[in-house]
Amino acid sequence: MRIECPHCGERDLREFTYRGHALALSRPSEGASAEEWDDFLHNRDNPAGATQDLWRHDPCGAWLVAERSTTTHQVRATRAVRGGEA
Amino acid sequence: MRYSGFRVFREGLRRNSGWQPLWRDPEPKPAYDIVIIGGGGHGLATAYYLASEHGLTNIAVLEKGYLGGGNVGRNTTIVRANYLLPGNSEFYSHSLKLWEGLEGALNFNVMHSQRGVLNLFHSDGQRDAAVRRGNAMINQGDDAILLDREGVREKVPFLDFDNHRFPVYGGLFHPRGGTARHDAVAWGFARGADMRGVDLIQNCEVTGIDIEGGLVRGVQTTRGAIRAGKVGIVVAGRSSQVAAMAGLRLPIESHVLQAFVTEGLKPCLDHVVTFGMGHFYISQSDKGGLVFGGDLDFYASYAARGNLPMAEHVMEAGMSLMPMIGQARVLRSWGGIMDMSPDGSPIIDRTPVEGLYLNCGWCYGGFKAVPGSGFAFAHLLAQDRPHETAARYRLDRFRTGSGLMDEEGTGSQHNLH
Ligand SMILES: Cc1cc2nc3c(=O)[nH]c(=O)nc-3n(C[C@H](O)[C@H](O)[C@H](O)COP(=O)(O)OP(=O)(O)OC[C@H]3O[C@@H](n4cnc5c(N)ncnc54)[C@H](O)[C@@H]3O)c2cc1C
Ligand SMILES: [Zn+2]
Repeated sequence: MRIECPHCGERDLREFTYRGHALALSRPSEGASAEEWDDFLHNRDNPAGATQDLWRHDPCGAWLVAERSTTTHQVRATRAVRGGEA
Repeated sequence: MRYSGFRVFREGLRRNSGWQPLWRDPEPKPAYDIVIIGGGGHGLATAYYLASEHGLTNIAVLEKGYLGGGNVGRNTTIVRANYLLPGNSEFYSHSLKLWEGLEGALNFNVMHSQRGVLNLFHSDGQRDAAVRRGNAMINQGDDAILLDREGVREKVPFLDFDNHRFPVYGGLFHPRGGTARHDAVAWGFARGADMRGVDLIQNCEVTGIDIEGGLVRGVQTTRGAIRAGKVGIVVAGRSSQVAAMAGLRLPIESHVLQAFVTEGLKPCLDHVVTFGMGHFYISQSDKGGLVFGGDLDFYASYAARGNLPMAEHVMEAGMSLMPMIGQARVLRSWGGIMDMSPDGSPIIDRTPVEGLYLNCGWCYGGFKAVPGSGFAFAHLLAQDRPHETAARYRLDRFRTGSGLMDEEGTGSQHNLH
């Protein structure tokens, strides 16, 4: 698996740390209910096919969202996480 | 057909003309009392125990591929009862006892071999942790022996005892742990269920779950609709997709775990050895291949194959622990789809849909659980209350935070186990 870092170009999987589904970017707000937190922390769509997940490119420190297939491991596109998104 | 030494002798004289298929290949009936989705180890064991323990036989197991084609035929076959936490301890202890009587009960050779599992430790702190785990195992009624460095050397003299980073200090030995032949476990349970009247239906993918007024009515499949009084979902890595057919969103992420096997060698490794610090474990199959593996690849995947970085890591860990492994050639590698739960422990429970039951979250450790899980899930399906050994495997423990079973103490979150 090779992943394109928006800053450094296409790099080997070894340079990246996986941080799970990109829903980590949509944290519930402070006053959210226990149910919302439970859903956010534990429950997953867990798609077989197209997914969006969150990776860190360790050498440069950038966080990125990858559009990736969980059935073929193909990474179709990546984008840097924007400020304020997380 | 019952198997025996006499039968082998007789068939030998009759040019092996009398052997029969292990199970029938029936057409699905329009309706069953209970439909089990998934013909892996857990689904087949559930059907077997429903028939043998509860006398329920109007049952179908629906399998989208062939029996045993999932993780039950892809794992590294380690069977053990060396868990630490209440909940897991009693469950795996019970499962191991079922293993010990399994071949007699099934009249089938599953090649269960209690060759002992040896968990190595490499520091004083790890020794303390091993003592604590060993005491938990003994309190549960299972066996554990603390070995010092020389004790380990007697069993596996070829380890690199003086590795600079992880010198071997000793090991926790679990004599009743070991391995079994994975395919034979699937086949044995399948045959046992079929003999008692259960319909095993292959090439039958469940595509929908019929629910009316909050009550399960049956399933839609690639071989037509099948009505059912109760439905059990036992599909391991595919749990999220099948549960979604009933509108459920599960606390499960599917990940890939790889394994490797070398060419066949003469017997050289008598036990299962685990090297936790290198995320590496190894045993030798009865065919002679060294079977070994490591950690998850650590990204969501349904590909049933992994990537090279983890393969490389596993090889490096193997070389650090057991330099002699470098002389063997790797024959094959493969992967399986693991149903990872947030705390690393399984779920055997009812669902919010009446009549729909769920068995999942086995992570990378569900092979040893096959008999115990089938037994407990059959009990839940038949009696509508959990079996005492699996009463803590609740679906709502993540929401309530009560009764989490995080063996590794890393936190109840995805991507940590
Ligand atoms: C490489 C590797 C090593 C492992 N090592 C060990 C080990 O040493 N010890 C241990 O205890 N555990 C180990 N495990 C874990 C163990 O294999 C699994 O936890 C266990 O096999 C899962 O349960 P199962 O056998 O029922 O799953 P499976 O055999 O995967 O059964 C699920 C079945 O459901 C079917 N299915 C899915 N969707 C549908 C549908 N829509 N309709 C009909 N059928 C469907 C699938 O085709 C499949 O046959 C390992 C796993 C892997 C991959
Ligand atoms: Zn970068």
